[in-house]
Amino acid sequence: MTSLFLLQLLNGVQFGILLFLIAAGLTLVFGIMDFVNLAHGVVYMVGAYLAVTFTSMTGSYGLGLLLTLPATLLLGLALELSVFRRLYDRPHLDQVLATFGLVMIITEGVEILWGAAPLSVQMPEMLSGSFPLIGAMRYPVYRLVIIAAGLLTALGLYLIISHTRIGMRLRAGASNRSMVAALGVDISKLFTVIFAFGAMLAGFAGAMVAPVLTVNPGMGEQVLILAFVVIVIGGIGSVRGAFAGALLVGLVDTLGRSFGPILLRAVMEPAAAGQAGRVLAPMLVYILMAVILAVRPAGLFGAKT
Amino acid sequence: MTRLTPTRAWAATILFTAFAALPLIAGALDDSYLIVIATRILAYAIAALALDLILGYGGMVSFGHAAYLGIGAYAVAILSRAGITDLGAHLLAAILVAAVFALITGAISLRTRGIYFIMITLAFAQMGYFFFVSLSAYGGDDGVTLNARSTIFGQPLLENNTALYYTALALLIGLYLLAVAITRSRFGRVLTGTRENPIRMQAIGFSPFRYQLTAYVISGCMASIAGVMLANQASYVSPSFMDWHRSGELVVMVVFGGIGNLLGAIAGATIALLLEEWLAILTDHWPILFGLILVLVVLYSRDGLSGLFRRSKS
Repeated sequence: MTSLFLLQLLNGVQFGILLFLIAAGLTLVFGIMDFVNLAHGVVYMVGAYLAVTFTSMTGSYGLGLLLTLPATLLLGLALELSVFRRLYDRPHLDQVLATFGLVMIITEGVEILWGAAPLSVQMPEMLSGSFPLIGAMRYPVYRLVIIAAGLLTALGLYLIISHTRIGMRLRAGASNRSMVAALGVDISKLFTVIFAFGAMLAGFAGAMVAPVLTVNPGMGEQVLILAFVVIVIGGIGSVRGAFAGALLVGLVDTLGRSFGPILLRAVMEPAAAGQAGRVLAPMLVYILMAVILAVRPAGLFGAKT
Repeated sequence: MTRLTPTRAWAATILFTAFAALPLIAGALDDSYLIVIATRILAYAIAALALDLILGYGGMVSFGHAAYLGIGAYAVAILSRAGITDLGAHLLAAILVAAVFALITGAISLRTRGIYFIMITLAFAQMGYFFFVSLSAYGGDDGVTLNARSTIFGQPLLENNTALYYTALALLIGLYLLAVAITRSRFGRVLTGTRENPIRMQAIGFSPFRYQLTAYVISGCMASIAGVMLANQASYVSPSFMDWHRSGELVVMVVFGGIGNLLGAIAGATIALLLEEWLAILTDHWPILFGLILVLVVLYSRDGLSGLFRRSKS
């Protein structure tokens, strides 16, 4: 039981880290540009597909991953230059609709290019082993690598945002856009950079999970909604909030699914508990969101509503 | 804007007369599929009308209105399975459950503003989606096929496609008149005032929250009626009724028709569904074209298609 708990704990952290990579880009774009981007999830999906293609082209997952990063960066750049920058001054509704249109275009485009059937990518030989946990329990090395990569990214983001010049501009831009523009910072160039960078983070997440999940056209959407939940819980615009929110959502979701039915069995009949657990588990994160918002409408680390 | 001006009354009369005459045209053309599409259009028009009531008049961008379609549809499926087949019972159950869901989720969502509201309504609808996905007694992901359509006074009147069509049309007209009455009432004016300036409304003694929540609940109940009709039309219910894409499409319909124009919402639903049908004839990959049109409309017309028409006229 303890080792099962530890195993699920690690799975929850790994899922949370993944959500963080997606939510970080989303929350930056939101907090700084006040821009709603429903198309962020499809960038994650495209990242996974590109990783599959590049891996089979080069024969190495490592190279595939490395090629995916600049490719999704370029995708973010292209989207920003062609569509997003025309929408910054528009109401949120316009942004939602235009990016919803992009979701339809890109999802369908992916189906045309790669087909609707799920794909998979070979895990790198070197990382395919497992790591002894407690007793006979082992944990896949690759999932530990995802956790480590995510934590390093979080650390890197923290350093960039709080200790570099561009991070300073970022924070300033988030609190007062027109003031920063008046001080001579090319705000539009800053936006382009943030967008492309956010897209690359999402693409990175997609490429990282490609070997452990099946790559399919619907994968971006489910994650997008969860990323929304993450940034709403964490507080829009706060990367720290996104990190806390992502871990919380990852853990609640994973632990709820595996231990919810077990806990329910203590108070219900086994069959009813199983059914109730299956129904309740996927709803847990939304209930969590509702509870947090009922107490703090701006989210855990949010300042503005 | 909310007044039913003579022009608007004429437009409504013409639109509804055209809908009423459609079965005759379909009969003359011997095209029974036309009625099927038109019934779908009417059902979505009801949902778009419901959404426009809060989006256009209350400024609440709900991105989760498909949840109410799903609630209505599952009310039909679950009651039918239990042996209760009456349309009245189906509508009543749909409206009651929708009211409770809207009251709870609305009360939480309305604590927030703007973009938070969009995302929270989206997330709550997703919660409903997953609820029905994991409800294995009703087919889970695969959904359930209905054995028969709802009955009226114990009679299987709706098995006839034309009868179902006219039932949907009657509901749409009734709900349209209700929506017009709501927007013209004191309640509707307070709601519009809240959209414009909630703080001022509060200062003159209204509680914006209460008005917005009431409007949100009314809208959810109306949308659940659309779900009841949709389930009957398709004779099939699945969680995909609550997919967030469908919520998006509802917003698209309202925007296509011009926000805050109830008749426009009906026209928008018609345009969007006909566009889908037409694009689907051109290519299997119609979403790519639909998405492209959507992006272009947003980029180049600030008031949806109605804005395009207005501009081309002036």
